[in-house]
Amino acid sequence: MKTFRMGGVHPEENKISNDAAIEVMPVGKQMVVLMNQHLGAPATPIVQKGDKVKVGQLIGEAQTFMCANVHSPVSGTVTKVEPCKDAFGLAKPAVWINVEGDEWMETIDRTPDIKRECTLEPKEIVAKLKEMGIVGLGGATFPAHIKYSIPEGKKAEYLIINAAECEPYLTSDYRVMMEHAEEVCIGVSILRKALGVPNAYIGIESNKPLAIAKMQEMAKQFEGIIVEPLKVKYPQGAEKQLINAVTGRRVGSGKLPIDSGCVVSNLGTAFAVYEAIQKNKPLIENILTVTGKELPSQHNYIVRIGTTYNEIISHSIGQLPETTGKVISGGTMMGKAVVNLDAPTVKGNSSVLVIGEKEARRAPETNCIRCGKCASACPMGLEPYLFSLLVKNNRVEEAKAHNILDCIECGCCFFSCPANKPLTDEIRLGKNKVRAMMAAKK
Amino acid sequence: MNLLNISGSPHVHSDESTKKIMWRVNAALVPALLVAIAYFGINALLVSIISVASCVLFQWLIEKYILKTPTTVGDGSAVVTGLLLAFNVPATVDMMWIVVIGALFAIGVAKMSFGGLGKNPFNPAIAGRIFLLISFPVQMTTWPQVGGLFPMNFDLATGATPLGAFKEGALPTDVTFMDAFLGHIGGSMGEVSALAILLGAAYLCWKKIITWHIPVTFIGTAFVFSGILWLIDPTAYMDPVMTILTGGIMLGACFMATDMVTSPMAKSGQLIFGFGCGLLTIVIRNWGAYPEGVSFAILIMNSVTPLLNRWCKPKRFAN
Repeated sequence: MKTFRMGGVHPEENKISNDAAIEVMPVGKQMVVLMNQHLGAPATPIVQKGDKVKVGQLIGEAQTFMCANVHSPVSGTVTKVEPCKDAFGLAKPAVWINVEGDEWMETIDRTPDIKRECTLEPKEIVAKLKEMGIVGLGGATFPAHIKYSIPEGKKAEYLIINAAECEPYLTSDYRVMMEHAEEVCIGVSILRKALGVPNAYIGIESNKPLAIAKMQEMAKQFEGIIVEPLKVKYPQGAEKQLINAVTGRRVGSGKLPIDSGCVVSNLGTAFAVYEAIQKNKPLIENILTVTGKELPSQHNYIVRIGTTYNEIISHSIGQLPETTGKVISGGTMMGKAVVNLDAPTVKGNSSVLVIGEKEARRAPETNCIRCGKCASACPMGLEPYLFSLLVKNNRVEEAKAHNILDCIECGCCFFSCPANKPLTDEIRLGKNKVRAMMAAKK
Repeated sequence: MNLLNISGSPHVHSDESTKKIMWRVNAALVPALLVAIAYFGINALLVSIISVASCVLFQWLIEKYILKTPTTVGDGSAVVTGLLLAFNVPATVDMMWIVVIGALFAIGVAKMSFGGLGKNPFNPAIAGRIFLLISFPVQMTTWPQVGGLFPMNFDLATGATPLGAFKEGALPTDVTFMDAFLGHIGGSMGEVSALAILLGAAYLCWKKIITWHIPVTFIGTAFVFSGILWLIDPTAYMDPVMTILTGGIMLGACFMATDMVTSPMAKSGQLIFGFGCGLLTIVIRNWGAYPEGVSFAILIMNSVTPLLNRWCKPKRFAN
């Protein structure tokens, strides 16, 4: 079975919400829509206080290159256009909407029929991705229209769909495969057409046999879709590792996947692409998992983007259990700890993960015993223990020379460290120092 | 409700700890300890207990009264040092006080003066053994002979080890490969049985505490190099199978050269490290003043470890 070439760990999978079918979460009374829900500059708000908006109406326009459109997830009246604190406590420009009814734009096809035929040309597909505000839903929220506009001189040879879902706990991609396999395959075909590549590969970790069977069955009805079962090993779904596992190619230091002829998109993105291209539906909903061992029940939801963490928690489980230690947006390996539960969700959020008090605490740090487990676990072949020393001593040049910027922050080093050294934190600090040094030199 | 914790990712840990690693190493040493007690009886038991107790005590005293830091004796690393030190000395009555001095040197000088576990450049048990070998050359080379099982008397008959006998003249002809493999030979108490040591090493490999790189290259190099010498002149050099089964090669290769702290991190560095240990061992055995060279070889290679860490980098994913 295919896998990436080095390193990796095997955290407990904890896919306890696997069997919870996707439910629709009702819309709240007020929505806050952040203007930067994507990698790059914030979108520019094009509505004002008092404006009436409908579901799917453009409210934030992408006016710079690295930017994506933002649409209203609800219908109602704009009450203010002011910054709002996001889940990590940073103020971001936002549009505040008082929800009134649920009136959708007429252009959006809300019928349950599945449309397979796509007559758009590749350029038109990319333009429509931009119009619909599609971004990568794997975590980095990279604007899709930029990813699918292949620069001069580069050529895409492989389209890889990331359905590895190697993060512990997360099950949203799994549920989408189980419930919307056909739509996903249509989405993948559209992306394949946009790139003009012969084959698209859907990489799925082999701990999801039902999803693999379902997708393989469905892929037979489509041209050029190959389902690729992958070995269960974290971080199988990291972009560079996935490319390596599926194609055997390696993305060089500081290079992009397209430099190796690859384009990688998340499975969730493929589903969003289907809805955008075939149903004219902008990206206004997330599919996210509400899970945690402490919770009384496990859920997968379709949630309007802009619903707050607190609303999601109170609808799904009432309130956080007494024993809650941490709320994480994303999985346990790369997810971010949420600071502000009143913050709205944004594009690309994949979970509300609650972990208990005990698990949320780190064991005390002890001396490095130079066991080298961090280096063996590193999927990029780096030396985390060395970065830890170099960064603490401010030896930034050396850290750069040892390829610290190759680090993908997957967390395997800290995960495997017997001395409980916060290696990933130290490397993140080191990367920032290296970037600051490089910026100062320019 | 309580305040939420926040931290950077990852939010889970493998639950691996230094403590677990060290206690597993201790568990891996148990077969060799049992063999030592079986062959050398009460002496072996007492020397081991005294050695372990003094290592733990010295570490505790140093941490409490000199460094004034919370004690770390619970992590089991002082127990490992104590056991290995005991394994490296002959099981005689004299050792019951001499080993205390060795423990003081191993823990006090070789380990704690550098900052404790993880900071020591040399393996503490080996440093302790060499200190004793130089300070007490007679007592350290008075080897009890294996007689019956579980001898309860303190005065065991002594005699030369196969290596010592070979250095003096010729290998005693009555020692068979099987004797050497099972440990039915004279020697330091923990090194006699290759079988018991390999059992422990297999456990460590299974628990992913050591990898094959250092033991295999160490023993392999010693085997090949001594084999070449033996082929050149079988009367002047010991045959390669006996070479790797006698003396400290098995114990050194499996438990002391593989000490995480003092061996290289990268696999390529470990291969060079193992090769160097094997080569130096045979060189010292054949052309040095001592009949046994394992501990010197490892100590020398320990000093090369920082350089190996600098030169030998893991394969990068990207380049």
